[in-house]
Amino acid sequence: MPSKAAVSRLSTLGRWRLAEILFWLAAAASVPLLTEHHLVLTEIAIIALFAVSLDLILGYAGIASLGHTAFFGAGAYAAGLFAIHVTNDPLLGLVAGAAAAAVLGFATSFLVLRGADLTRLMVTLGVALVLGEIANKAGKITGGADGLQGVFMAPILGRFEFDLFGHVGYVYSLVVFFVLFVVARRIVVSPFGLSLLAIRDNPLRARAIGIPVNTRLTAIYTISAAIAGVAGALLAQTAQFVSIDVLAFHRSADALLMLVIGGTGYLYGGIVGAVAFKVLQEILSVWTPQYWTFWIGAILVAIVLIGRQRIGNGVMGIWARLLGKGGAA
Amino acid sequence: MSAVLETNALVKKFGGITATNAVTFALEKGARHALIGPNGAGKTTFINLLTGVLEPTSGRISLDGKDITNVKPEARVKMGLVRTFQINQLFAGMTPLQALGVAVSERQGRGSDWRRVVGTKATVTDEIVEVAERFRLIDVLEERTGNLAYGKQRLLEIALAFACKPRVLLLDEPAAGVPEAERAELLETIARLPDDVSILLIEHDMDLVFSFAKKITVLVDGTLFADGTVAEISNDPRVRAVYLGEGEHG
Amino acid sequence: MTILFDGIAYGMVLFVLACGLSVTLGLMNFVNLAHGAFAMAGGYATAILMNRWGWPFVATLPLAFLVPALIGVLLERTLYRRLYDASHLDQVLFTIGLVFMAVAGTDYLMGSRPQLIRLPEWLSGRFEFLGMQIGRYRLFIVVVCGVLTVALQLVLNRTRFGSRLRAAVDDPRVARGLGIPVERVFMITFAAGSGLAGLGGALGAELLGLDPLFPLKFMIYFLIVVTVGGTTGLTGPFVASLILGIADVAGKYFVPDLGAFIIYTVMIVVLVFRPRGLFVRS
Repeated sequence: MPSKAAVSRLSTLGRWRLAEILFWLAAAASVPLLTEHHLVLTEIAIIALFAVSLDLILGYAGIASLGHTAFFGAGAYAAGLFAIHVTNDPLLGLVAGAAAAAVLGFATSFLVLRGADLTRLMVTLGVALVLGEIANKAGKITGGADGLQGVFMAPILGRFEFDLFGHVGYVYSLVVFFVLFVVARRIVVSPFGLSLLAIRDNPLRARAIGIPVNTRLTAIYTISAAIAGVAGALLAQTAQFVSIDVLAFHRSADALLMLVIGGTGYLYGGIVGAVAFKVLQEILSVWTPQYWTFWIGAILVAIVLIGRQRIGNGVMGIWARLLGKGGAA
Repeated sequence: MSAVLETNALVKKFGGITATNAVTFALEKGARHALIGPNGAGKTTFINLLTGVLEPTSGRISLDGKDITNVKPEARVKMGLVRTFQINQLFAGMTPLQALGVAVSERQGRGSDWRRVVGTKATVTDEIVEVAERFRLIDVLEERTGNLAYGKQRLLEIALAFACKPRVLLLDEPAAGVPEAERAELLETIARLPDDVSILLIEHDMDLVFSFAKKITVLVDGTLFADGTVAEISNDPRVRAVYLGEGEHG
Repeated sequence: MTILFDGIAYGMVLFVLACGLSVTLGLMNFVNLAHGAFAMAGGYATAILMNRWGWPFVATLPLAFLVPALIGVLLERTLYRRLYDASHLDQVLFTIGLVFMAVAGTDYLMGSRPQLIRLPEWLSGRFEFLGMQIGRYRLFIVVVCGVLTVALQLVLNRTRFGSRLRAAVDDPRVARGLGIPVERVFMITFAAGSGLAGLGGALGAELLGLDPLFPLKFMIYFLIVVTVGGTTGLTGPFVASLILGIADVAGKYFVPDLGAFIIYTVMIVVLVFRPRGLFVRS
């Protein structure tokens, strides 16, 4: 029956497109091929995961945040402290980072969800600032402005020891990133994920078709926080150090910039943005080491003036062509 | 016949203004009931009270004999009390297929399922097929919602509500703004809504009211002004004076 | 008592710094996170004129107003106005970009060292009054900012310009229909807000410090003033500034370990329970 065929196309949302598979194969190929760049690639994997977590709330649920780094930082400190005081098993450390960030995300979701856009921006910013201040002042626990030192990790699964050149760290980060990306990807094409899109597009109507709006937003905010926490934990573990910079405002702004560059609402935007951001940063900081943030700012200004939508549509258009009709959600 | 949706002395005050004044109203099972009244009569407030968007100052609302006065809006939807909107409230970034997918998944209690790809359950897709066919949306399922002809958007507006399997459906001016050419399709679809769905139609267009409704309730200044069969209401001189008379001038 | 007075002076500077933001945010509904950059421009104008060209402090103040006001007009005409109708997120991204540019640009032009402003003899030192140690400069600030505050209130509430501004904000289309030059009103308002920020930056340089990171460091303070104070008038932000100033000075004096923690927390609590500000009649 033709109607059945038309409707069954709904589930093709979840299908992996050729370009996606190629992308991940290329990422895997970077392990043996780009050995001398593993340290920078690790960083990219981590900030890409962070950007993807922000996309889950911004692109899919429409929650704008100026303080997403609160969860990145919480995950980093939790993983660092966990390694020092409990056990230095990396995987358990990731769980600790995710759990700490998730608890924080769940608790603050109620503050964030109350207000409109502007209030949300301020409250998220405020939460991140409070955490930064706590990390700064609780020097006995966090190392304060000097950062948390002495984070030594045991070998992953008891077998793979972190090496100085970051080879193991990169494979580890990439695998974790991939696993969480698959989870995020499944979330956004599930009924739950689609209900978020409905809320983003029209919360009034979402409620009128029976979607419990606040419950859903709390859920995705918590999930997003947990993923950001894992990203932070990865940084703590691969760098074996937690700088107070993990809670700095610029990290939240950077993640927004990555999504602005790559586009929101299709997950790969975070990855594209992260790669572009890091490449830009590397180029600019070689060219003008002290003042590269000027150009980052100029790019933000330019993108907004040209129109995020327009650029986003351009990027989406290219992707849609690569991914086949419709794109990945 | 017994009532499926009832209000008992429902009052809503905004500051000093009484928008709904002790309205006691009953919608019978399988009803084709119209709610009319001049602009500012309090129809919108009344709908918002029924759906739970507004909290009444006093009075009770019950659905199937169960008190739902303090039930949340989304929970009322799950109990079968669903509305459509006078001005389209659609999901601009989604296709009709995705929108129906969300509504049906939600209705079947799968809304918080994040492990399964949407539309992989036959129970879900079968229901989408049924709704899409009933509302003649099959051909436009994968268009952008914003690109649909207005009549189709209007159909989607009702289809989304219908996908929630309403027992009571509140239709808020369903034909508003639909161009003449697309009107017949819409009206026919509304006329063919299943009998077991009780319908309350909020409408200005008296032709539609008279062709659709069996009973009419007239609301004036937040007060239940008259209540009766189509014949009773259309012959009621008081109603003619306050409402139908106005309609002729306006 | 001295702390109280210092706190009041601090709060008043904050008010002059932030009141421009409360106008753009509250009346024009534009989230300008780069507001601090205009304040910094004023501060640097004063610093350059004094330290390089030997101008007396007070003589630099008009320029500390004019320079950022001119920059404000320029940016408003070329960039800001395009975003009046944009989403808050776009405005935030845009102005964060401006902040990054201002911070790095200032660093490039002026170096990252804090700028020192040497106050004239008659403004330095303290005197005793009713048992209170009163800094001359702080008294100067209180007086200047007090006069500015009163003048602002009068302009907004009593003049034709004030009523035009309110009309333009209420409904730009209707205002345009009434013959109000909405674009110009917005431009002048933006310029005045930027100028006041600059003046605040110059006056506050001695209290708050002045270095290229100024816009980032104080962004949150301005936002607190505006969000806590509400955006419906100037009284709310004024009271909020005073409370913030006193709380911050007292906090740093009595419980230095807690740092800015209390202030941020108070902001969140207020935002959550009174999203339109503390002093809005609901």
